[in-house]
Amino acid sequence: MDDVFIELDGVEKVFDVRRKTGFLKRERRRVRAVDSISFTVARGEMVGYIGPNGAGKSTTIKMLTGILTPSGGRLRVAGIDPSRERTRLAHRIGVVFGQRTTLWWDLPLIDSYKLMHRMYRIPDARYRENLSRLTELLDLGDLLDVPVRQLSLGQRMRGDIAAALLHDPEVLYLDEPTIGLDVISKTRVRDFLRQLNAERATTVLLTTHDLQDIEQLCSRVMVIDHGRLVYDGALDGLHEAGESERTLVVDLERELPPIEAPPPARVVRVEGARQWLAFPASASASELVSRIAAEYPLVDLSVREPDIEAVIAKMYEDRAGRPVT
Amino acid sequence: MGSARLYLSVAVGGFRRYASYRAATAAGVFTNTVFGLILVYTYLALWDERPGLGGYDQAQAVTYVWLGQCLYATLAIQGGGAEKELMERIRTGEVAVDLYRPVDLQLWWLAGDVGRAAFQLLGRGLVPFLFGSLFFTMALPTEAAAWLAFAVTLVLAAVVSFAIRYLAALCVFWLMDGMGIGQVLMITGVFFSGMVLPLNVFPGTLGEVVRVLPWAAQIQVPADVLMGETDPSAAFAFQAAWAVALLAAGRLLQSVATRRVVVQGG
Repeated sequence: MDDVFIELDGVEKVFDVRRKTGFLKRERRRVRAVDSISFTVARGEMVGYIGPNGAGKSTTIKMLTGILTPSGGRLRVAGIDPSRERTRLAHRIGVVFGQRTTLWWDLPLIDSYKLMHRMYRIPDARYRENLSRLTELLDLGDLLDVPVRQLSLGQRMRGDIAAALLHDPEVLYLDEPTIGLDVISKTRVRDFLRQLNAERATTVLLTTHDLQDIEQLCSRVMVIDHGRLVYDGALDGLHEAGESERTLVVDLERELPPIEAPPPARVVRVEGARQWLAFPASASASELVSRIAAEYPLVDLSVREPDIEAVIAKMYEDRAGRPVT
Repeated sequence: MGSARLYLSVAVGGFRRYASYRAATAAGVFTNTVFGLILVYTYLALWDERPGLGGYDQAQAVTYVWLGQCLYATLAIQGGGAEKELMERIRTGEVAVDLYRPVDLQLWWLAGDVGRAAFQLLGRGLVPFLFGSLFFTMALPTEAAAWLAFAVTLVLAAVVSFAIRYLAALCVFWLMDGMGIGQVLMITGVFFSGMVLPLNVFPGTLGEVVRVLPWAAQIQVPADVLMGETDPSAAFAFQAAWAVALLAAGRLLQSVATRRVVVQGG
């Protein structure tokens, strides 16, 4: 298939960690940061890549950019082996690390862009065109002459995103692009990314801890945990895969002992006259509600849908208790 | 050529970055002038007791002092140039950003450090030197050729200085922290460059050793070229040899570091 842009086949990254075990004694331990991961991303796709801290997300991104060499497996981006041809690939990819900056801290924003112009050998006309488009879309007009150290986090983030796109990369890796941003800045960044993907068909691979990023941007999500891919599919499918639960909140007339609900429904919390019951997302709420209404003095009730955050948290938890297969 | 323009932009950026800190520059000018005065009177007392020490007369000793103050920040004798920033970037993992760029890591940092050195020379080093030449008798050449030779030796000195500090910075890939190596850089830089006393003054074997170490390329050699105490072509050869050897070592260490070592941070 020629529209496959990123291709990983059994990719591994093993680190040797040396640990002090006594005076002058060291113990070598192998850590599999990425353990046989395979997936493909088509040109123009927008994929969320999520997982808990230390799951192997950043290691994967570093391998995709070529700054880390895989210990095993096959990895191709645009047909290029990243670690062998890092510099050639660099002209075709854009990278934004939310917690790091590519901009010159001490100088006005525009100076960093002029440097990108030279670094990526962008033809003058295209540089001017891209700069004016990105300046407008990311609302950077007033900031170009401001030293980067004086920008707010949200402004700097937008500045970094523009810097990563001046050379028209075919793929954009975003490592936590909304970390630490306020709601307005987050929305702005998301709107821009959506537009970029729709208008220019830029492939986007996004790692994040903010699941709203995923919900609002990505039709496909990959979950990685302990270096292994544990889910790859549509966002909706996560609920099933994570065996998620809905919550029924009931207000009774007075304080009562926990409601005896038919399993698998169960009371998870009691606070005065209010009780919280968890039940499978796939089951109907009406049966449970009528049972409670018949047996208890019910005043009010509401049903809460599972949020994706809880689903994923549960997924991580389940896996932590289970031996990796 | 595309890459020449890129590295020129990086050097210009390095110059402008340091130029943006005006208060620090003013404080530096003041410090170097005061230290110059202290050292000049110490040297004058010393050369009074031991005329012709190290082959220098009093005017040459005074020239040596003010040149040292001029080059102190320019050549980052005590550290504090590109290597300080690189160490911090390796420690925090920020170096990942430098690595995915389509540039050569060593040339990138060299260009930035040369830009920094150019600013430190003009913005910080020149004033103490002019101050010295106004208020003291100095042994400065009058013919243009000597100044031209001095300019060449300065460029070579800047490259050697960078190459030493770049090697030190790369060690942080293994050490995980730059504190210790920074201290080693500071002590070796101040002592072996001849910042405290001219290397010509050092006796016996110690003198012979320190005069062939790479640090000698930083203050001792430029001073001797400026004052006509050495044959410029021999001085250039000495500096160039160290520059090539140390840059090559830096390249080797860089390729080992980027291939085998973990880039820190998630």
